[in-house]
Amino acid sequence: MTDSALHAPAETEHAPRARFWHDLSFWGLLPSRLLMGFALILPIFIIAAVSLATRGAHGGFAWDLNLAGYRQILFNEGWTGELEFTPQYLLIIGRTFLLAGATTVICLLFAVPVAYFISRQPPGRKAALVYLVTLPFWVSMILRVYAWMIILGKDGTLPRLLETLGFPAGMSFMFNDGATLTAMVYTAMPLMVLPVFASIEKLDGTLIEASHDLYGDRWVTLRRVILPLTAPGLTAGAILVFVPSLGAVLEPTLMGGGKQMMMGSLIQLQFGGGRNWPFGAAIAMTLMALVMIFLIVTSLRAARREVAP
Amino acid sequence: MSISHDVKRYPGLRPLTAVFFLYLYAPLAVIVVYSFNANRVAGVWTGFSLKWYGSALDNAALVNALKTSLTVAAIATAVSTLIALSAALAIIRGKNLRFRKLSETIVNLPLLLPEIVLAVATLILFSLLDIQNGMLRLVVAHAAFCTPFAFLPIRARLQGMSLDLEEASADLYADRWTTFRRVTLPLIFPGVFSGAMLAFLISMDDFITSNLLATGGSTTLPVYIFSLIRAGTSPELNAIATLLILASLVLATVALLVAARGAREDAEP
Repeated sequence: MTDSALHAPAETEHAPRARFWHDLSFWGLLPSRLLMGFALILPIFIIAAVSLATRGAHGGFAWDLNLAGYRQILFNEGWTGELEFTPQYLLIIGRTFLLAGATTVICLLFAVPVAYFISRQPPGRKAALVYLVTLPFWVSMILRVYAWMIILGKDGTLPRLLETLGFPAGMSFMFNDGATLTAMVYTAMPLMVLPVFASIEKLDGTLIEASHDLYGDRWVTLRRVILPLTAPGLTAGAILVFVPSLGAVLEPTLMGGGKQMMMGSLIQLQFGGGRNWPFGAAIAMTLMALVMIFLIVTSLRAARREVAP
Repeated sequence: MSISHDVKRYPGLRPLTAVFFLYLYAPLAVIVVYSFNANRVAGVWTGFSLKWYGSALDNAALVNALKTSLTVAAIATAVSTLIALSAALAIIRGKNLRFRKLSETIVNLPLLLPEIVLAVATLILFSLLDIQNGMLRLVVAHAAFCTPFAFLPIRARLQGMSLDLEEASADLYADRWTTFRRVTLPLIFPGVFSGAMLAFLISMDDFITSNLLATGGSTTLPVYIFSLIRAGTSPELNAIATLLILASLVLATVALLVAARGAREDAEP
């Protein structure tokens, strides 16, 4: 078998060999297609259908198609069937976007200078620092949120610390949007630093030098040289942080308390203990649609940037 | 050389980075410190004690949750790594493959959708099919969302690999299976290993999906910890958390070291 055909089988006339590579692409992909088809694509179609179904009398749902699930996002149905506009779920959607956006911006503000500093270190120290950024990411998410509960909560580290500094005793920083945001930023941070680092590391240091030689100050260099050249990495980091933040469940549930919900915790609530599946499914479809729109818009913008430099 | 020169132009960077690492590690350190506190109120330090570790290890519910998590993670890792390996081979090596991009997107699909959406969608599927077995539900769902994490390192490894050694093996009359087993697999092993490690950690860590799909007998570790947190923070919880933090840090370090050694061996001629 003198076989340069191993990597170029399409060029040979050996039918069995060509068929092997053809079979490989079919049989090799079959397990992943079956798994994703059953555990992902089929459920998405089902949840789309359930979002149009009717709430069951004892939890669950009945196949009686209507738009009640979506209507409930905007309107409350009174006893006599009249529709009354209720902003409460719109507020939850708004809070979800606000907190996810704030998480992304705060992570970016930290990640850019830290990644820049790490990228300019000698190779050994650079590898060690990247490892130290990665490491907390592998600690269970629930424990990283829990850490902030015992820091911010009643009798927590921060209130105790402030008490010794003369502030009033018994302060708590829990159960508000700030607490949720704190935990969201903390859990998302490594996801931002790594892609930002990857693009800043590739940055040509001589361009920064050139900018300074041409009397560009630090601010101009940052804005006109560093940021435009690292834009793909910043975008990647922003997507990696923003999209999972939109679906956050643990942070609002544990840090925000029952009142300060986000879309993720609202969805989870509708499926716990037989509440309102069609409404939960409608919120889930809304969340998925918003994520998809965001991903499509960002990839279109990235594509346009590649075409026009 | 300008490497150190340009850092000096932004003088606040070193202290900022120091604060950043403090911020990354201090919260974890707080848990560890509190786990050694003798006092039942975690925030009030009264003395060093290991007693919470004793009561954590005596906790039967915790041990059961750990067993469930390990079983689910082991099966999900094996399934997702095999599926990811075969998909990566097909996508990188397969010829005449139509929809290559689409096939890759299908494997990576769990990364594109919010986990809570997938979790409730899977819950509806299982309840329509009347699948009540908690372990089965967890294994299927975990295998699905772990697959892209196993896939990405394997794919990267296969993509960067030269075909010379495989061709040499074929020239020496090795059949395809022997070539795969003796040449390809050892070469891509670092990718397969870090893929499997990632899948294992992602499965062990999962809360959102497991919380919705678990039934009475199949409480996983994060779901059990969630119920403990809901019941109120306790020093025993801090001891459990410390043991888990330690385990994750060790596992992650091993995974990263293997990946780094693989990369280094490639760099050497």
